[in-house]
Amino acid sequence: MLDAIAFYTLAALILAFAIAVITARNPVHSVVFLVINFLAVAIVYIVLGAEFLAMIQVLVYAGGIVVLYLFVVMLVNLKRGPEAHQDPRRQTGAGVGLAVAVLAELTAILAYTGRNPLPAVVPAASARGPGGNTEQLGWLLYTTYLIPFEVASMLLLVAMIGAIVLARKVD
Amino acid sequence: MTDLFVVPLLQIVVVLNAVLVAVTYMVLLERKIIAWVQSRLGPMRVGPHGILQPIADALKLLLKEDITPIRADRWIFTLAPIISLVPALIAFAVIPFGGEATLFGHRVPLYIANVNVGLLYIVSITSIGVYGIILAGYSSNSKYPLLASLRASAQLISYEVAVTLMLVSVIVTTRTLSLVGIVEGQMRQHIWYVFIQPVAAVVLFIGGLAETNRTPFDLAEAEQELTGGFHTEYSGMRFAMFFLAEYANMIVVSAVMTTLFFGGWLSPFPNVAAAHFLWYIPGWIWFLLKTFVLLYVFIWIRATLPRYRYDQLMRLGWKVLIPVALVNLVVSAIVRVFL
Repeated sequence: MLDAIAFYTLAALILAFAIAVITARNPVHSVVFLVINFLAVAIVYIVLGAEFLAMIQVLVYAGGIVVLYLFVVMLVNLKRGPEAHQDPRRQTGAGVGLAVAVLAELTAILAYTGRNPLPAVVPAASARGPGGNTEQLGWLLYTTYLIPFEVASMLLLVAMIGAIVLARKVD
Repeated sequence: MTDLFVVPLLQIVVVLNAVLVAVTYMVLLERKIIAWVQSRLGPMRVGPHGILQPIADALKLLLKEDITPIRADRWIFTLAPIISLVPALIAFAVIPFGGEATLFGHRVPLYIANVNVGLLYIVSITSIGVYGIILAGYSSNSKYPLLASLRASAQLISYEVAVTLMLVSVIVTTRTLSLVGIVEGQMRQHIWYVFIQPVAAVVLFIGGLAETNRTPFDLAEAEQELTGGFHTEYSGMRFAMFFLAEYANMIVVSAVMTTLFFGGWLSPFPNVAAAHFLWYIPGWIWFLLKTFVLLYVFIWIRATLPRYRYDQLMRLGWKVLIPVALVNLVVSAIVRVFL
């Protein structure tokens, strides 16, 4: 009961701030709403008993990545609003296409989980050992999911080297 | 019922008030120590030896006019000091001031929460504090605060990498993220972790100086170049909130250092029978003493060292501290696996 109240309140908050992110006129306001959105998502993780994931969400997304967004938004001149473009509706077609794709994807997921219901909360809550789900996640990442994990870190390494190469002065 | 609601609420009230009072007296202590280093007397007028100076300062800041610049981004201008103060205060939720104490027949733990991701909680909460600085600089709509906030946030992000990497190698030693568990581990292993991870202790202290924008890394407040820093346009209580946040962060860094490396609330040599008379002094006093010594070092450094240049600061962060942290992590992991 309490879980349900917490979830629906948080879900409403997340949706409200997500709408605020895309409707705010000032890009810096958008970024601030985005941070609040990420913090609310972190609280959803805590309600689900996934405290490690919640902390990583705050540390990586709210505390790291969005700071870089803020840098870019502040340093790049964004005085020109979107309506200054000759055709303000130029992206409507792409937007509708993407929305339909996401809707189809969500419906597929819903239909699938409707047929095979997953015990979402139970494994996270039962993982409360002395190390909690931090230790469990560590084990899983370095045993079952070792290859995806390493591929993801290789991807990040490649991106980092790419950025260095692009930023290097040619002499 | 009492244990579920009343005790935690009381703990929160006590900790918050204690931190705020401690912060105001930290300011006085800093002024006094710097004055003594420079052969001055420091504040002497309000009360004997200026002991009531913090109260006068607080009153002054509360009564001052609160100005919002006319071109400022009003909402964000108000939000920024709140964003920088709140993370500094809620970080105290997981800091263990002591073990368990018995109070009026209740067993009361001397920490608000013992979560098993305590250390991660502190790192992630303090990383939110950067927004206060960036948004203050942006919303003031003034060039010096903007430059200062860019400097401050670049500095924070760079040093956060080294600090977080170093914390990972400390976790390899402690094998738990719970701050209470870390202190209990030092009791079990009969050694302060500063002797196992000396490099980590030094780098974390340097990173702590940089993350709290203290001398020698207080470039965000370089008066000569930036007329004061990211809070130039702030006045009255909103300025005071930035001030409170800076000092509260110093206390957080010192308290976390104490917990990780100096045995937290344990008395010195808790396993040696000859030192058992030290147990008569309660643990929280040991904790506060150790934290105070670290805070003193913070102030001492401010009184002694000149400020770094910006490129030197970045070079130290990226080319010295981060490689040292990486090497330390690899060495700790190897030692952990093979010994």
